[in-house]
Amino acid sequence: MNATPDTSPMGANRIIPSAPASSAGAESRISARDVTVHYGEKQAIFGVSMEVPEKSVTAFIGPSGCGKSTFLRCFNRMNDTIEGCRVGGEITIDGEDIHRPSLDVVELRARVGMVFQKPNPFPKSIYDNIAYGPRIHGLVKSKAETDALVESSLKKAGLWKEVSDRLDQPGTGLSGGQQQRLCIARTIATGPEVILMDEPCSALDPIATSIVEDLIHELREQYTIIIVTHSMQQAARVSQKTAFFHLGKLIEYGETEQIFVNPREKQTEAYITGRIG
Amino acid sequence: MTEALETEAEANTRRRAQVRKSLSRRNRAEKRFKMLGLGSVLAAMAFVAVLFGNILTNGLPAFWQFNIDAEVYFDPEIINVPEVPVQQAGQSDADFRAEMLGWQRRLAMVNWNRILVSSVEGALAEAETADGAGTVTEIDTRSAQSIIDSGARFVLRDMVLADPTIIGERREMQLLLSADGDNWAKGKLSRDLPDDRQQLSRAARDAIDLLTEEGIVHRAFAWHIFTNVDSRSSPASAGLAGAFVGSFYMMLVVILLAVPIGVSSAIYLEEFAPKNPFTDLIEVNINNLAAVPSIVFGLLGAAVFINIFHLPLSAPLVGGLVLTLMTLPTIIIATRSALRAVPPSLRQAALGIGASKTQMVFHHVLPVTYPGILTASILGVAQALGETAPLLLIGMNAFVANVPATPMDQSAALPVQIYLWQGNENRNFFEERTFAAIIVLLALMILLNALAIWLRGRLERKA
Repeated sequence: MNATPDTSPMGANRIIPSAPASSAGAESRISARDVTVHYGEKQAIFGVSMEVPEKSVTAFIGPSGCGKSTFLRCFNRMNDTIEGCRVGGEITIDGEDIHRPSLDVVELRARVGMVFQKPNPFPKSIYDNIAYGPRIHGLVKSKAETDALVESSLKKAGLWKEVSDRLDQPGTGLSGGQQQRLCIARTIATGPEVILMDEPCSALDPIATSIVEDLIHELREQYTIIIVTHSMQQAARVSQKTAFFHLGKLIEYGETEQIFVNPREKQTEAYITGRIG
Repeated sequence: MTEALETEAEANTRRRAQVRKSLSRRNRAEKRFKMLGLGSVLAAMAFVAVLFGNILTNGLPAFWQFNIDAEVYFDPEIINVPEVPVQQAGQSDADFRAEMLGWQRRLAMVNWNRILVSSVEGALAEAETADGAGTVTEIDTRSAQSIIDSGARFVLRDMVLADPTIIGERREMQLLLSADGDNWAKGKLSRDLPDDRQQLSRAARDAIDLLTEEGIVHRAFAWHIFTNVDSRSSPASAGLAGAFVGSFYMMLVVILLAVPIGVSSAIYLEEFAPKNPFTDLIEVNINNLAAVPSIVFGLLGAAVFINIFHLPLSAPLVGGLVLTLMTLPTIIIATRSALRAVPPSLRQAALGIGASKTQMVFHHVLPVTYPGILTASILGVAQALGETAPLLLIGMNAFVANVPATPMDQSAALPVQIYLWQGNENRNFFEERTFAAIIVLLALMILLNALAIWLRGRLERKA
């Protein structure tokens, strides 16, 4: 339990794949180097480094408490809001350090959207749920612009047909799956480049889950997506790359197919086959 | 194998018996607790019922006071004043005002009691005719005067002031009975006591009895309780208007100061303040302040607002400031707990979309806490409305027979008025009045609380 950077053979840098599986020519836009996270005295993340490819889905898997959600929250500095939480190391997006003093965290979160475990629409109308982000960021000027953005965001989230006739109804009145898609639409509306998803389907039933998974599949073409999931099947279905975490360390990171079919590390294999977790 | 099976069956039976035994114990405990809870609820309700029953039975009769229907003759011989002055051409405003004042002074010096006495005599004669018994009751001036509330003088004077042409006319009027007369008519004074221990003379008592019998003296709703100020010389016409307006001004000060200051401090402490020993100290102090006896706040108010800032004594402004200090911790603590109850998922949603902390608080957290903050504020204000002790220390227990025009004027306050009336030496009359004032205060509080509940329901439905 010390904070020394991970230099073991399990270190992530060693297994960064040379050719990402998604679209050809995609570059790594997000890179984490030697990231550590402490909650007070307790260390939660031990020197994790990885490159996240652009416009693809990267899944974080691992047993409960392995730090995958904590690591995810580093990318939009959501950990700042937790009392006593310290993040070390370096995370860059497009080569720019997200911890640099000149960066306002609000600006970062407009670029890096987040979808949470439990659907958490604002207790406002469906319309206002979508329009809120663009409004505070000054992305829309007129009512017509807002209307158009609300419509396109809901369409991208595949929710338009279901809610177009009741945009003034409260977002909290939708079903769980619809609420989660509303949250995704809300995130999309601010025009992010990266979307972080923290177990987005854990509170949903299988049908709603498969709808959201299809949506993730479509969104991949426009956005860089990082998804934390406790379901290995889901990771296998939606992601191109998978990272396996255990006890705050990145054990293995590679092409999803390779991780599931031919894991290099013993611990990965044990987890995938259900022996740990 | 057989043996093993048997033991397993036996073990199961034993286990089931044990569970059943413990179950019946648990059920008994549960039943006991339920009975205890029900008992306390019933006891509490019984206390409330007794309290309200007592207050209502004692206080409601005060809202109906005895009046006498009498013909008042505005006798020009008694109202011996010149014609009301009219501003002449060429007369300066100041001169006219001086002349008018002189006329009004003459009017004030008229012996209105003589008019009242002849009205009573007239009513008595009428009653005797109606009674048919033919017993001519002689009533002396003093007794006749003691029947009618002495405030009636001013009623007549004001009528002439408002319309001088009334002089020489006769008017059917309803005049308030004096406090003693009202007590006698309501049967609150013992009829067995000898004359020397009665407050009214035999003639006055007989007159009231006769007039009541003939329906000339009868009960009427005492609107003046709401429109008149306190009075010592004519207790029957004493009212709550001054105290009511005084309390209103104080509540205004409390709402304008305690609510914004309390809510903003709570928001700052809960959402923005860094966690360090200094803010911990502030938090402990706020919690302690909530437990400080209210009379201490009165001392503080006297020391700070009156001695240092030289604000006037008995002023609703000072009362409001003292009550603000007293209400602040209540509002801060309740608001903070309302803020703390907001689910973290809502905060995360706002932050995750790129809202700044201020935007998160004001766009998302505050709107869902409005019902809680509102309830806390109204309950704090209602608590302040009923507070008496601190007001005594800043001079609000002074006798003030005025409706304050501004919060800087001397004034009474509702709870203090209750305190003053319950200490009044005319117990027979003021006991009822005290309960009447309590009813008014309670009605106000229930109104405030109902408002809180209604607003809460409305805001919660909207949210």
